[in-house]
Amino acid sequence: MKPVDLLIVGSGPAGMAAAVTARRTGLDVLVVDEQPAPGGQIWRDIETVAGTERGTLLGAAYLDGRRAAEAFRASGAAYEPGAQLWQIEPGFRGFVTKAGEARIIEARTILLATGAQERPAPFPGWTLPGILTVGAGQILLKNAGQVPAKPVWLAGSGPLMLLYMTQLLKAGGEIAGYLDTTPPGRLSSALRYLPGALRAVGDLFKGIAWSLTLRASGVRRIRHVTDIEAVGTEHLEAIRFRTASGTEETVQADALLVHEGVIPSVHVALALGSAVTWRDDQDCYVPILDAWGESSQPNVFIAGDGAGIAGAKAAALRGEIAALGIATKLGQITPEAAAEASKPARAKLERELALRPFLDALFRPREAIFIPDDETVVCRCEEITAREIRAMARLGRPGPNQVKAFTRAGMGPCQGRQCGYTVTRILAAAEGRSVEEVGFYRIRPPLKPVTLGELASLREPEATS
Amino acid sequence: MFRKLHDPGQAALRVYIDGVAVPAEAGESVAAVLLRQEAVWSRLTPVKGSKRAPYCLMGVCFDCLAEVDGVGSVQTCLTTVQDGMRIARQRGKRSLGA
Repeated sequence: MKPVDLLIVGSGPAGMAAAVTARRTGLDVLVVDEQPAPGGQIWRDIETVAGTERGTLLGAAYLDGRRAAEAFRASGAAYEPGAQLWQIEPGFRGFVTKAGEARIIEARTILLATGAQERPAPFPGWTLPGILTVGAGQILLKNAGQVPAKPVWLAGSGPLMLLYMTQLLKAGGEIAGYLDTTPPGRLSSALRYLPGALRAVGDLFKGIAWSLTLRASGVRRIRHVTDIEAVGTEHLEAIRFRTASGTEETVQADALLVHEGVIPSVHVALALGSAVTWRDDQDCYVPILDAWGESSQPNVFIAGDGAGIAGAKAAALRGEIAALGIATKLGQITPEAAAEASKPARAKLERELALRPFLDALFRPREAIFIPDDETVVCRCEEITAREIRAMARLGRPGPNQVKAFTRAGMGPCQGRQCGYTVTRILAAAEGRSVEEVGFYRIRPPLKPVTLGELASLREPEATS
Repeated sequence: MFRKLHDPGQAALRVYIDGVAVPAEAGESVAAVLLRQEAVWSRLTPVKGSKRAPYCLMGVCFDCLAEVDGVGSVQTCLTTVQDGMRIARQRGKRSLGA
């Protein structure tokens, strides 16, 4: 087997657009994705849902995915759904498990289009059954056409929260109440970015329309919520919350959906040694990339929300630009041709990015989510509390990797995807250091759990033909 | 905890959760089916034995792990239901046989 020119990890907006563009330049492309169908999270199940009533309900931005998926299917890129990537060795050799069997894929270049995940925002009781993320609620609507059976509570902040509530109401779901955690004063600090945001006036109006829909629906909205606690033994039974003005209330609840924005999925990039930098305005690490999306590791490119949160449209544009960069590196097209071909995408991308500073400032999460109180579970997998992490900090000035070694936080199956940032923030606060100085877990393979049986099924790639 | 908005009609399937037959629909995830049950939990944690249910639905939290057709620690949010599938809530660590 000859190495593929380009291995793309992820078939969301960025991965699909990159595959289409790369194929157009004549590269052979393989796309692996752990989901069973193309579309990523934003266009989840687009191929089956687009033509149904549910598709209409999910709206135009969702239906945009249909054309993208069609173009991807027609591109001639090889596509492996249901395939989990758990290691990439330099060279490159990608280790992938599919249906219980592991294999090695050799590739000349890599594009990571791994998207985003919701920002973990620990609070007391957040591991109880009955609590899901808002993103999970929306995925259930897309994938299974299902909504909370009883009036549901929602807590958090961000555009996805408003969008999901609008979709839920339209679908006939009921909202018991919305605990809006957006801190006071966020709008005024966001306003200075408004002139830039006005360049993306369509999306701005969409956001305003969602807010108006909510207001018209009469959903109970409690503003400036500062603290949330989930109460229950085996399942969520009640929610206790407090607002900035000191009001406290406890409500009975059997379902709560939470959301505090999204962050780039950077685990694969970190494991490959691609350099990242701390983005203070988005409270997360983002990979350092050149104008074509190439990371500090040569021939490793990154596009989409995994390169920094910017939304689906920007993701597709960045995928297209990265594919042109990759085709240039592999000598398939000249730098001049790539520069020319990327012009329309770059112009559109600039418009897409114009709204971000406004959104980032408006929905910047409250500080409290980064420094949970002592009782709160930080590492969901190993059930390590904030108290245990702080106790470590008192023993000296440990970094995240010492904390991991001593407490097992970050060692469970999720590999620190849920606790990484919280551990870093707790240590930074306790040790009076900057987040950047504290760093992040060292990410090591396997990136996803692998069984011995799967390892035993590994075969070396066949000799080059 | 969740309800379907529509009747699956032709796409209706049957799966078994801890031996009990429950309806499902072609194309949906195992986690989605679990979340429609009276008891939504998918596993007991290996450390403290606490109940967990599907949480993120996008493959990053690993709280939806369960045993599917005899294989332990399967991410049920990434697994599409198949007719006759046998799902067992996972109690603690994956057993050696699964």
